[in-house]
Amino acid sequence: MSPEIPQHLTTEQASAKGESILEVSHLTVGFDHTVVLQDLSFSVKPGASLAVIGPNGAGKTVLFRALIGAIPYQGTIRWAPGMRFGYVPQKLDIERDLPVTGKDLLRAKLTITGARRDDAFHALERVDLREEMLAQPIGDMSGGQFQRLLVAFALIGKPDVLLLDEPAAGVDAPGQEALTAAIGRLQHEVGVTVLLISHDLSVVYRYASSVLCLARKRSYLGPPQTILTPERLSEAYGTPLSFHFHEDYGP
Amino acid sequence: MRTMDPRELMVCAAVAVAAGLVGCFAVMRRMTLAADAFSHVALPGIGLALVFKLNPLLGALFALLAGSVLIWAIEGKTRLSTEAITGVIFSVALAVGSFTATGEQLIDALFGAPGNMTGTEAGFALLAALAVSAFVLLQRDRLLLSLISSEVAIASGINIANLQLSFLIAFAVTVALGMRYVGVLLMGSLIIIPATVAKRLARSIDGMLTISIGAALTSTLVGSWIAEMMRCPSGPVIVIIAGGLFFLSLLRP
Repeated sequence: MSPEIPQHLTTEQASAKGESILEVSHLTVGFDHTVVLQDLSFSVKPGASLAVIGPNGAGKTVLFRALIGAIPYQGTIRWAPGMRFGYVPQKLDIERDLPVTGKDLLRAKLTITGARRDDAFHALERVDLREEMLAQPIGDMSGGQFQRLLVAFALIGKPDVLLLDEPAAGVDAPGQEALTAAIGRLQHEVGVTVLLISHDLSVVYRYASSVLCLARKRSYLGPPQTILTPERLSEAYGTPLSFHFHEDYGP
Repeated sequence: MRTMDPRELMVCAAVAVAAGLVGCFAVMRRMTLAADAFSHVALPGIGLALVFKLNPLLGALFALLAGSVLIWAIEGKTRLSTEAITGVIFSVALAVGSFTATGEQLIDALFGAPGNMTGTEAGFALLAALAVSAFVLLQRDRLLLSLISSEVAIASGINIANLQLSFLIAFAVTVALGMRYVGVLLMGSLIIIPATVAKRLARSIDGMLTISIGAALTSTLVGSWIAEMMRCPSGPVIVIIAGGLFFLSLLRP
């Protein structure tokens, strides 16, 4: 068994050169009388991909919401100055049955970020979404198309950081594959920093440079090889769980 | 048959446009019932204005603005829905209002009674309606994003709390403006029905805004004209016409 990683230890990238893009220290978030995140500390380097895993209710989405300042918290969250964010939410606040087209959404983002139209075309190319798709209401799109639209939306305005909350949820296997590949390419080519919540451990293993495993009792942070072990996963999920990866998944 | 005063006609049209635009986002935010209830918050203000011999429009506007800030503040503090909070505020306001406004004045306030408008009042109403319309048109992208996902909106740099307050104020102003024609009881419908028709028929945001404006203009102008001919309160006629447009929209599969 690998040695335990203390909660406050930063990732292996912390020792690498350069300033962190994000420093979180002693982060505690609670609602009413329930503490969801307690005394969480970690840092993220520019260009890194941090996967956040953990059982339902462990506070993964809450962590993301705190990171963008959408909810009150205790402790400190420090982003490098001038960060631009792209966010793909786990689910929308409303039903998709609105007279809103993909074009409407992308136009809104272009207006707000002041980005050029080309930006939208590049973003669509990256997620492999045809422009004709944008003319239809979002309610008529398939789950996969809509998720790709959300990723394209997040990419407009040249974000420095992408926060992806289960971007492939509700997407079929080939769709998931395409989406994950697109995100991987993006990171490789543009050097964007990615924070990803995912339940798909094989995706995490392949794409993440480090893994933050949130659990009720304690949280772990480290490279996928040390975190995605049967012991760690069983402890975090509270049930025996093993993750079998094949050699070709290795970096 | 008396033709409508052009000044009145212009105000009427401007208020309809504002109602059509504000309504679209109210409907999409699922605050339709809240919208209806919201208009009742004007009542104590009207009553107090009558007691102090002020213009009822001022009283209504004041009460509605106070109501919006109150609803916004409670919403921020308690995580209750706008709908629930409005429900509470509106019942209390209606109860208080029934003490302060009585008799014929109350009926006029409830159902609308277009009368001779002073130049100042018309000018103020026109400006306010234009301001509300400009707000919705200029902020429609921000309003859309905050509606779709608060996380996405915040990550895009939108201040959701401020936007929400601005929208409630725009809503309150629209209700106060429509009071004269449609009355407190039915003003919510002039905001909601055209937008609901538009939601059914449109496929894009701009389409929805356009159809909603068209439906609001049609009901208000035709309704005021018919009410004038029949010498009856304009509010119910306007709302019945809007309702007619809604049933027509159901014909589309």
